[in-house]
Parts: sequence; C-alpha cells; structure tokens
Amino acid sequence: MSTTRPRYAEEAPFKIHGGCGLAGICDESGAAMSGERIILAMAVQRDRGNGLGGGFAGYGIYPEFPDHFAFHLMYHDEQAREEAEALLNEHCVVDLAEPMPTRPVKGIADAPLLWRYFLKPLPGELERLELSEEDLVVRLVMTINATVDGAFVASSGKNMGVFKGVGFPEEIGHFYRLEEYEGHTWTGHNRFPTNTPGWWGGAHPFALLDWTIVHNGEISSYGINSRYLEQFGYRCTLGTDTEVAAYLFDLMLRRHGLPLELACKALAAPLWSEIDRMPEAERELMRSLRAVYGPAMLNGPFAIILGFNGGMVALNDRIKLRPLVAARSGSVVVVASEEAAIRAVVPEPDAVWMPKAGEPTVARIEGMPWPIHGDLHLSPSEVSCAVLGTEDVCDEAVEVTA
Amino acid sequence: MPATFIQPEFRVKIDYDKCHKCGRCVQQCGWGVYDFNERPVPHDEKCRACHRCVTFCPAHCITIERNPLAYRENDNWSAPLRKAVWKQAETGGVLLTSMGNPQPYPRIFDHLLLDACQVTNPSIDPLREPMELRTYLGRKPDAVQVEPDGAGGYRLAEDGGMSRNIELATPIVFSPMSYGSVSLNVHKSLAMAAERCGILMNTGEGGLHEDLYPYQDHVIVQVASGRFGVGPDYLKRGAAIEIKIGQGAKPGIGGHLPGEKINKEVSSTRMIPQGTDAISPAPHHDIYSIEDLRQLIYALKEASGYKPVGVKIAAVHNVAAIASGIVRAGADYIYLDGFRGGTGAAPAVIRDHVGIPVEIAVAVVDQRLREEGIRNHASIVAAGSIRSSADVAKAIALGADVVAIGTAALIALGCHVCQSCHTGSCSWGITTQKPELTRRIDPEWGAERVSNLVHAWSHELQEILGALGVNAIESLRGSRERLRSIGLDEQTNRILGVKPAGM
Ligand code: SF4
Ligand code: SF4
Repeated sequence: MSTTRPRYAEEAPFKIHGGCGLAGICDESGAAMSGERIILAMAVQRDRGNGLGGGFAGYGIYPEFPDHFAFHLMYHDEQAREEAEALLNEHCVVDLAEPMPTRPVKGIADAPLLWRYFLKPLPGELERLELSEEDLVVRLVMTINATVDGAFVASSGKNMGVFKGVGFPEEIGHFYRLEEYEGHTWTGHNRFPTNTPGWWGGAHPFALLDWTIVHNGEISSYGINSRYLEQFGYRCTLGTDTEVAAYLFDLMLRRHGLPLELACKALAAPLWSEIDRMPEAERELMRSLRAVYGPAMLNGPFAIILGFNGGMVALNDRIKLRPLVAARSGSVVVVASEEAAIRAVVPEPDAVWMPKAGEPTVARIEGMPWPIHGDLHLSPSEVSCAVLGTEDVCDEAVEVTA
Repeated sequence: MPATFIQPEFRVKIDYDKCHKCGRCVQQCGWGVYDFNERPVPHDEKCRACHRCVTFCPAHCITIERNPLAYRENDNWSAPLRKAVWKQAETGGVLLTSMGNPQPYPRIFDHLLLDACQVTNPSIDPLREPMELRTYLGRKPDAVQVEPDGAGGYRLAEDGGMSRNIELATPIVFSPMSYGSVSLNVHKSLAMAAERCGILMNTGEGGLHEDLYPYQDHVIVQVASGRFGVGPDYLKRGAAIEIKIGQGAKPGIGGHLPGEKINKEVSSTRMIPQGTDAISPAPHHDIYSIEDLRQLIYALKEASGYKPVGVKIAAVHNVAAIASGIVRAGADYIYLDGFRGGTGAAPAVIRDHVGIPVEIAVAVVDQRLREEGIRNHASIVAAGSIRSSADVAKAIALGADVVAIGTAALIALGCHVCQSCHTGSCSWGITTQKPELTRRIDPEWGAERVSNLVHAWSHELQEILGALGVNAIESLRGSRERLRSIGLDEQTNRILGVKPAGM
C-alpha cells in the first residue's frame, strides 16, 4: 500500500472519523522545552489511538530561520518532488532544502519521501501577484495539495513545524527525532480513524501557515463548513473535518481580523438562549457573529487545540461531547484529553480544571504578537485570562487595528 | 346532441336508509350539488369531491366515488386529456385550474434520504438538549467587523453586523396568498399563527386589510405587477417587502381575480373598484431589466425606511443566473417557487408544464451564489409543495435558509385539495369571498390549527437535527453531505450535489 495518495483520490471521498487523544504544552514565559515532553504526554494516551496516525506540532523550533516559511512536504515519489519543487521555485527563494532528519523506528514502515524547505517569496513576487506573503503561501499549499499528484504539504508556517505519520505517536516522535528540537509550544495527536485506512498526510496536526489543529471528534457540520470555505478560495482536498477547522481559523483570524475569542465564539457558538440574556451590546455582537458565521460553526463533538506562534488555544464543542482537561504549573499550561497525560509531564500542577463547553482555554507566550499574522496586532482578551485565572499576564490595553 | 360530452367525474351516493334528512349536506356544499326534495338529491356533475358534505354528514351516509364509466380507459388519451379537449371544444377558452401541479413528475424530495449519526459522532437527544431552529432572514455581511469597547472586550463596529435581518423562531414562513384569492378569515388565521410561532405571513398581491395591522411585524407585504393595495403606509407596515416577479404555479403569467370575488372589503384593501376583475400583468411594467429591478428594490427600501426587500421568482431553467442578478441588484432574500406550488387560479397548461422543481432550483442557486462568493448577501426561501418537515429538512440541506408553506397551511385549515379554488365557491370557506362560506373559518380556530402544524414540524425538525448530531439549523443549511439520493440519475445527483445512497 502506498503511503501518500495521488491527489488523495482514495481518502477524499470519505470523511475521516476520529476517536483520538490530544495534548498541548505551552510555556508562557517562552522558555523552550524538548519535544520529548509532548511525546511523553501522548504515550500515556496510547489507547486513544489505533496505530494509524500520530503527529506533533512544535513552535519556536527553527530559531536559525525565524523569518523563513518552513515547508514540510511528503512525497509519493521523486516525480512528485520535482513537480512540487518547481512550483516552490517559481514563486519563492528556497534558502535550504533537505530531507527531514529521521531515524528508523520499529513499527514505522512505508514512510513517504520527507523533505523540508526554508523559503521566502521571490523579491517582487508579492507585488506582481498583488498578494500578501500569507496569501501567497496559502495559494501555494492549496495548489500543491490539489494539483500535484503524490505531494502533500504537511507544514507551511514560520519557525514551526508539523511532524506526522502512520504509527503510534511515540513511535512517530522518535522517528522524527523530536527530542532534538526545542520549542515553547507543542501539540500532539494520537489518531483513531475508523473508516479509512490511515495515511501519512491524513494524520494530525493539520496545518496552514502557522495554524495547526489537533482534533478529537467528528464535525457533523463538515459538509456546510467545507462549502462555506470554498467561497473564500480554500480547497478542502483532504476530506477531513480537521482540515476545515484549520482553514476556518485562518479565515476568521487572519483574513477577517476577528479577535481570537470571537472566532472561538463563532466556531463553538453560545446557545440563543444564552445570547438572549446578554447585555444589549454584547447580544447584538453575538447575534451577528452567529448569524453571519452560522455556516462556519463547528457542530458535533470536538475537542481541538489550535497552535500558533503566540501560544495555543484549546476549545470544546458547544455542549462538551468530547473530553478536555487543562492544568497550569507556573508558567506552563497543559491541555489534554486525559488528566493522566497532564500529570505525565507536570506531576504536581497548581490547578487542574475541565474547561466548559465552548469556553476557550488560552495559553499565550509573553511578548509575542497575538495572533501572529497580518497587521492586526490583536491583543489578548480579558476572557482568555479569566479562563486561566491569571489576570496578571495580560494587563495591557486591548487594541485592534485592522 | 347533448349539451356536453363531459360526464360527471364523481358519483355522490347517499344511503337513504341511514340519512337523517337534516339537509346538512345541502347547506355545506359550496358548489350547489344538492337539491332538497324531502331528502337530499345530488347533481353529480357539479361535485368537486371536496368532501365537505362527507365530513359534516351526521349520519355518515354520504360517499363520493369516482365515476368508473365516465371515460373509457386509455393510457395515452387519459380521461383528463379527453375532458380537456371536450371542454375546449365547447368553450374555445383557456382551461383554468388551481392548487398545484398534480402530474406524476418525479418528486425529487422523495428520492432524497437524510443521514443519521451512529457511534463516531453521537446523535443528540432533542428532549434533553437544546435544538436551535432560530433563523435570520436577510442580507448578511461576509465578515463581522468589531472594535474594542474600551473595557477589554469588543463591540460591533458601525454597520459591522447584520442589520435589518428578520428573526424567525423556526425556518418556516407562510407563502403569499392574497386577500381576494383567500378569505379575510384565512388571512387573519395566518397572521395570528405567524405571531404565535414567531414567523411571517405574506399578504400576496392583495394588500393588507386593516384587521391585520396588529400583526404587521409578522407580515411580509408583497408588491406585485398590479400594485394592488401598495402605498407608502402599506410599505411601512410590513416587516419586509417582497417584489413578486413570478409564481411557481404559473411562471411568466399574470394574475386574474374575477370581479365576483371583489367585494367591498377586497376592493378597499386592493384599492380597486368593487366588482371589477383584478388583472395583474404578466410583467411589471416598470421592470424590463435587472437595472429596473434594482431601481425598484432601492425605491422600496427608500420608501420603507430600509426594510429588507425580497424578490420572488418562479423556478425556471435559467434560475441560477437570474438569482445571481437579483442578489447583485440588492435583494435581501430570494424566494424560489417550484413548479408544484399552489395557486388560486392558473391556466392548466401552464401549471402542469412550465417551470422546474424547487429542489433543483435551490441546489443550483445556492451553488451559483457560493461560486460567486455572494451566498451571504441574501437568504434563500424555498417553496412549491413543501409537504412535510422532511421536505423542510431536505430543502434546507440543499441550501435554503427558510421554506414557505402555502398549500400545507390551507390543508391545516381544511382544504381537501379538490383543486377548485378558481371557482370561488370553496366549501371549506378558504378560497372564497361568499360570507356564508368564509364564516366557516373562525380565525382563532384557524390560528390554532396552523400554529399546531408549524410547531409539530418544528419539533420534527429538532428530531431530525438530533439524529444528524447537530444542534442548530445552520449546521444543516447547505450541508448536502447529509443527504443521499435513491433512484436519481447521475446527472441529477450532480446538479443536486448529492451522492447516491451507499456512498
Ligand atoms: S362538492 Fe364537496 S360538498 Fe359538494 S357534494 Fe361534492 S364532496 Fe360534497
Ligand atoms: S382551497 Fe377549497 S377549493 Fe381550493 S382546493 Fe382547497 S378545498 Fe378545494
């Protein structure tokens, strides 16, 4: 069986269901930790997967290339590599191209060709195409994923990377030598696909730019979510509900300039009965948010962790149909499907709590832009601090300039 | 020679052994079928099989049967075809009929099946969890614009949200049916029901009677080609304004309300002389292009203080392009009326042979608006034989925001779909202005029945959502992934954007 599939022909017609386990660690002080730590959190959740997919995202891991987009690609064969590289070279200066560092690991077989690239748009390219840097990258990713047979972009952000494949997460982590990387934020995933064969590209995290999503659940509204995204030029080629979550965040946060907390409120919207009880100004805002972003609302069971360069956000569905636990230990915030995973990495947390349905749990790296993209310079909200119970970390004025 | 070749279609049979000879049937029949001569004596040829007398006969001694020997059997020259030829040979006229296309074209709704959750995503129990049907009718921006509120949170930027949308408690409204085609009591029943259900009724092209003013926040006022009843006050009263271009039962055809139906009340509501025929032209004589439509949309917005303005069209072959133009012209919603929609009167040949199914129209319009990136700019209302909550759910999954029900609401009021509304003698007191018949609908009773119907369908919609594992109607809207077709050809599947069952 091949490990990547030409244009996902076998995968795309199906929806990929997920049981799955997930975890995220973020040191809000920005201190780096080795990838070994997230592997540990995933290893104790081994039973939540079935060996058909494991993966990780790490942030702050490429300090030597902070301003380059780090592309991780999976190839079915050399021809796919040539075609994808031709596309990259057409629009970008590739300052480093190399095979991903991996080691042989028992249980991991049939890996695709794995390459990474550190690149920047060609000088003048953005002006020529009248695109922002991010929009160019999004187009490149969509184009490669949709049109190059046997090529798949696993990762496309700055100073971050996605490492995923078919296998249990601890095996995948060791395969990619994650202990050699140091990052301030890590997320991990253990996959339990139920009705499609696992493949390397189908493992989590799903990524676009530096947004990554790990996900436990199944988005029952996938059909309308993907049709909604198509209107904005996203191409949901992978047929999985996790892909839509990543694109929705990109649309709302980067392109529409919504503050993070409001994007979370659109994706896991409060009930109308709650909205009706809100004070007038808030009610009007929430009414609009729900009515306008109705097609974007993620309905059905989910627990997701969104990773980005400023930190991470964990979010449950609006009636909490999937598990999600959070904890804090000093400046370290950990979220996971199980408390056991949290205690594997912070044995004595200061606080452990169950985030409420639809309430985002936010960990934010001090001094980093929030979120990173665009000229929006969004500041953290009071709500996100209240959730963590750390009013002290975000006392600066809230400011949005769109 | 006999005066007519047309034989009675039905036989009215009375079991005189059981008959009380009370004369109730004589009184109930709007079409004057019965004489009373010591006992009721029916004239079969006048019977419409509306079942009013059957329903009200205290002795249950009346049966209405199809006259088996009226027409010799023939698959090609069917009885209705021969009857039509004879009628036209006798009269030389256009054959009028009413209440929806009865021809056996495939009913696409009946070839679509809904999904349900099992195991990997759980179904949700609507008796224990909230199931949200609230829907907003109107134009929405692509993105919500916010600004800091100065207190650490955010508020809507000016014009950053969805202004002037109409909140509906459930994604159902009543179809336009004019006062004139239906009685005032029917209008009152619908208006009261709309208020109770948190939805909208629609005046049709007949103006707004002052008895409906208390319900004006739940009324869509229609502006049709005849401009009956249209004035500044009328425009300001409605919750929304609807420009009627076409109607599913008779695309491309104007309206005709015979003078006999124009009594004093109808005349003052419609602003036309009593006893004259009310003829609405086929086109609006100020709309011959999309630019003209745009002008009217904005004129109506100006005149009404910027109420939402919708445009109603019949579903026809080129509907997607037409709809796109309408949305770009500034309409806040687009009302698509399929070829099975009901009507008070239509040429039979048009009703039965013109237009396309609403299922197809919704699918192609929703897809086209998405491809053009303007789906958010208008709501889609689907109508034209929505017969059950399943049809509602399927229409919404295909891409409608809201459905409109007309015939179903009249059936709730007693309509037996005898398709004789155009005669103005409806025994059920619905499509008539005869006082002895209209009083058969008590508005309070009518409102209760129609609201019950809307509530029942809403509960069923909640059950459907729960089975689908979602708890808000917006997650079903346009989610064709949750539909599968059975027995439809590949081409139709592609147009509908649904996969066949088993995939
Ligand atoms: S038209 Fe209706 S009421 Fe009159 S006899 Fe026939 S079934 Fe009875
Ligand atoms: S409204 Fe009256 S006349 Fe028309 S179909 Fe129904 S019962 Fe017959």
